[in-house]
Amino acid sequence: MDTRSGFHEELQELEQNVLAMGGWVSQAVRDSVTALKELNETLAEQVIERDDRLDDMQVDIENRCLRLIALQQPMAGDLRTIGTVLKVVTDLERMGDHAVDIARTALKLSGQTLIKPLIDIPRLADIAQDMLGTGLQAFVDRDAELAQTLADKDDQMDHLYSQIFRELLVLMIEDPSTIRQATQLLFVAQSLERVADHITNIGEWTIYMVTGERRDLNL
Amino acid sequence: MDALPDAGEVKIDVERLNLFYGSQQALFDVSIAVNRQAITALIGPSGCGKSTFLRTLNRMNDLIPGVRITGSVRIDGTDIYRSRVDVVDLRKRVGMVFQRPNPFPMSVYDNVAYGPRIHGTRNKKKLDEIVERSLRRAALWEETKDRLHQPALGLSGGQQQRLCIARLLAVEPEVVLMDEPTSALDPISTLRIEELITELKRSYTIVIVTHNMQQAARVSDYTAFFLNGELVEVNRTDELFTRPQDKRTEDYITGRFG
Repeated sequence: MDTRSGFHEELQELEQNVLAMGGWVSQAVRDSVTALKELNETLAEQVIERDDRLDDMQVDIENRCLRLIALQQPMAGDLRTIGTVLKVVTDLERMGDHAVDIARTALKLSGQTLIKPLIDIPRLADIAQDMLGTGLQAFVDRDAELAQTLADKDDQMDHLYSQIFRELLVLMIEDPSTIRQATQLLFVAQSLERVADHITNIGEWTIYMVTGERRDLNL
Repeated sequence: MDALPDAGEVKIDVERLNLFYGSQQALFDVSIAVNRQAITALIGPSGCGKSTFLRTLNRMNDLIPGVRITGSVRIDGTDIYRSRVDVVDLRKRVGMVFQRPNPFPMSVYDNVAYGPRIHGTRNKKKLDEIVERSLRRAALWEETKDRLHQPALGLSGGQQQRLCIARLLAVEPEVVLMDEPTSALDPISTLRIEELITELKRSYTIVIVTHNMQQAARVSDYTAFFLNGELVEVNRTDELFTRPQDKRTEDYITGRFG
């Protein structure tokens, strides 16, 4: 018999809110890269505007975590869940900020012709998107094994990021007039790589939440 | 049983302890090593055997008819259930504080001096010293120094409990057993007793039974979880409350069964 069903319902609700916030972040990342690829100013502006909402969600979830700690004195798995939620929302919020950075770059580049068709950056975004889906799934399903798979995906991400870096470097060496835009694109690639790192953090916290063990997924 | 993680020196070593009330078994193969100068909390639902276990540590169960015990309880290496052990001396070494403060119906001074007098101290100056030292250790001296010869029953509940602790300290015990020592006290008195317990661990080995998990988490170094007469899990308190190893411990401390 659950003697603290009210509290446990609140915890579940908290997890659902994290999932909802994750959905918004996922959309922000996707839209920011689309805005860049299509140099779509309207979409870029939407990403920037919607970020306030993510910040509000973060504050709301954090407040509720702190309230539960104060009022319910959670223990063991419950405590680990709340600790995890507090960390995960920070990672999600940071990912939202990276999406905003990408959207701002899209605004800066709008009106220009892209120095090359963007292929690898959207691929980077696809992997990040996929990782975020996996990370959130592992979190709500409390699936430490699934969270562990993020390590491999993050390696793919790092690999592709180095490839993009080399490619843009060659482009800049060949034609210095591309430096300004290529640098911007490098920042975008780096933002996506950082997004993936935040997702591995979510995976690490999920593993901690489930097992109580701290594992490093970003080796 | 293996020493606990980060264990200090073992003071009480219990091995395969079984206890029966008549044909009813109340403790099953309990093995635990209790560390010197540390606080060990015993938690678990009502009827899980934690108080019964506590009472085996100074043979308080001897007073209950029909009790039978197997296994061993060693304090500093000596099995306290061997026939040659002097039970009065044992209870002096292993003192106990109960749920409800139970001062004797006499003055504050006489309460504290009671034990030393029984054990043969008659010298007035010596007794004065013991009374003051014990009351100071129990954090009660300042409140009682001007009313030492007034009735102990005139003190508040929290003061009475600290007086009982002072009375116990007066006979210089090595181990202090506490059976829900704050369950009859208000929150502020409770916090004062908890602070006192933390102070006392410098000099004594403390084992405390508590119904209040937050109390176990706040004051103890080690926590042992009992269920249906079994010791399910014992670990460092911070470990046990953040990542218990046994599902039953997890369920109990997160309130998933009552």
